[in-house]
Amino acid sequence: MTLAHKTLPERPAPAPAAGTPKRGRRTGRSLPLHVVLITVGAVMAVPLLYAVLSGFKSTDQLSRNPIGLPDPWVTSNYTDILVSGSFWQLVGSSTLIAVSTTVLVVAVSALAAFSFARFAFRGRELLFTLFTMGLMFPFAVAALPLFLLLRSLGLLDNPLGVILPQAAFGLPMTIIILRGFFREIPGELEEAATLDGCGPFGFFWRVLLPMARPALGTVSVLAVVTSWNNFFLPLLVFTESTWWTIPIGVQQFQGQYAADTARVFAYLVLAMVPALAFYSLAERQLVGGLAAGATKG
Amino acid sequence: MTSTFLPDRRTGPGAAAPPPPAAGADRGRARRRAVHWLTAVGFQIPALILFMVLVLLPILFALYAAFFRWGGFGMPSDYIGTENFSRLFADPVFLGDLWRCLLLVVLSLALQLPFALAMAVLLNQRMRGRAVYRMLFFAPYVLSEAITGVLFSMIFAPGDGLADQVLGSIGLGGVGGEWFADPSMVMATLFLVMTWKYFGFHMMLYLAGLQSIPKELNEAALIDGANAWQRLRSVTLPLLAPTLRISVFLSVIGAIQLFDLVWVITQGGPDHHSETMAVTLFQFGFKRYQVGYASAISVVMFGISLVFALAYQRFVLRRDLQGATTTMRGGGT
Repeated sequence: MTLAHKTLPERPAPAPAAGTPKRGRRTGRSLPLHVVLITVGAVMAVPLLYAVLSGFKSTDQLSRNPIGLPDPWVTSNYTDILVSGSFWQLVGSSTLIAVSTTVLVVAVSALAAFSFARFAFRGRELLFTLFTMGLMFPFAVAALPLFLLLRSLGLLDNPLGVILPQAAFGLPMTIIILRGFFREIPGELEEAATLDGCGPFGFFWRVLLPMARPALGTVSVLAVVTSWNNFFLPLLVFTESTWWTIPIGVQQFQGQYAADTARVFAYLVLAMVPALAFYSLAERQLVGGLAAGATKG
Repeated sequence: MTSTFLPDRRTGPGAAAPPPPAAGADRGRARRRAVHWLTAVGFQIPALILFMVLVLLPILFALYAAFFRWGGFGMPSDYIGTENFSRLFADPVFLGDLWRCLLLVVLSLALQLPFALAMAVLLNQRMRGRAVYRMLFFAPYVLSEAITGVLFSMIFAPGDGLADQVLGSIGLGGVGGEWFADPSMVMATLFLVMTWKYFGFHMMLYLAGLQSIPKELNEAALIDGANAWQRLRSVTLPLLAPTLRISVFLSVIGAIQLFDLVWVITQGGPDHHSETMAVTLFQFGFKRYQVGYASAISVVMFGISLVFALAYQRFVLRRDLQGATTTMRGGGT
């Protein structure tokens, strides 16, 4: 699985064999094929485009002209949100929480995965089963007691109250993916490192981690996206707006400006931009990581 | 086998010479073993602490609290046996949750996953714009459920929303209606939104599986005179089976824990007609402070997930384990 991100979509299919029958079939079939894909593509894209365009209308204009292009183009919905501090506050806390969660979960999982992959020790299978079982538990099962625990630890309305549980629930998947990758690294390297005087931690730090950079990238991207989109946990933990993340902010904004539809659309669009931009940058890691996680999980 | 931190079993060039049969050797070996074990477990400790305290402990505590009448303050003390559970299974809302969960599973398996598979098969061919389609179909998956929910609650707003406007403009005004506000339509509309958001994820899994099927197999079938349908049925689908089974698994687990979308769009309404187990749990646990009762809901959710996961692994996934890993590795190099 560790090479999964390389097998994924970008790999061009090998050129069709020189035979002509294939080509003839392709042109014959391609028209209905494209009709289907364009239709599905339209259904996928229209909600997003509709939101973008609606954001450029006034709410009054939107109710008179819901489908057409904006006339005139109103930019104030977008600019008002961008100059208000509250939107950037959401972006800031979402970023802080996503980055901290990722650093924590990847660091802790890498240590554990190293031990699972490169040591034989009593209790290893039991421990590993314990972690993999974590994949099966819906978060909601733990939500109530977790909330009470965080409350008694004084971690409500504290970013750690989201970061720590997110990292804990991210452990199973991250450990499984990293363990698979660490196992692929040849044992000879380890012997060489040991002969050169590296202890286990030295090998982990100086040899394994640098070699595992692609896998670390994959699990980091997964952790960032999961944290960025998390809704349930911040909803429980953040009762005050100080640390609200983007998903909470969007829901609150809709409640607050329900009557001003165009403004809500603009807000939605701006809230989507970071996730979509991140996706376009890290598509390979994300898709590869999901496929790898699914296969291993 | 790459585990080389094995002081006692090491062989080959780096191996230590076998210890001389002296009296102290056994003790030395035992000590080395203990050090080895402590090193291995030492690397696990941060993960273990995090996992125990924030995942296992809460789940175990929910198992305990489910047997109490408890408002969530102090420790539970009013032990009521299985009363929460008998109340739960007599509650039409919770029975409805189970029914709706099953409905979503059936709809996903019957419609969403076949659709995702069809798109994957289409996009597995060489064609113009393939990368764009793939990116577009998968894009909703990276959006947060909260954003998706707000977006579609506005698209399906009765009358003014895009859905009603489009239907009206092509003369189908009567087809639309209350969407999320209509008890008989809310689940269908919700399922549409879920398909919009999630089918691309399953499509990506299938594409990854399809790409690892050796091209030679389909070419051989082609030479043997198999048509496209026969090749799909007899070559592609059997080889894709491990991926399909995992996608089914993820889809069912997703239906069991569905919360975000429902909470943002309908909060379970109208009149509980779109409520899910997680929403009911949230209502009782965080809105009405019946924490013992809500814990019973989480225990049932836990039980359903566990039984399903174990049964699925026992009867369906087991034979795949080998296949799945080689499948993923196959096309990579």
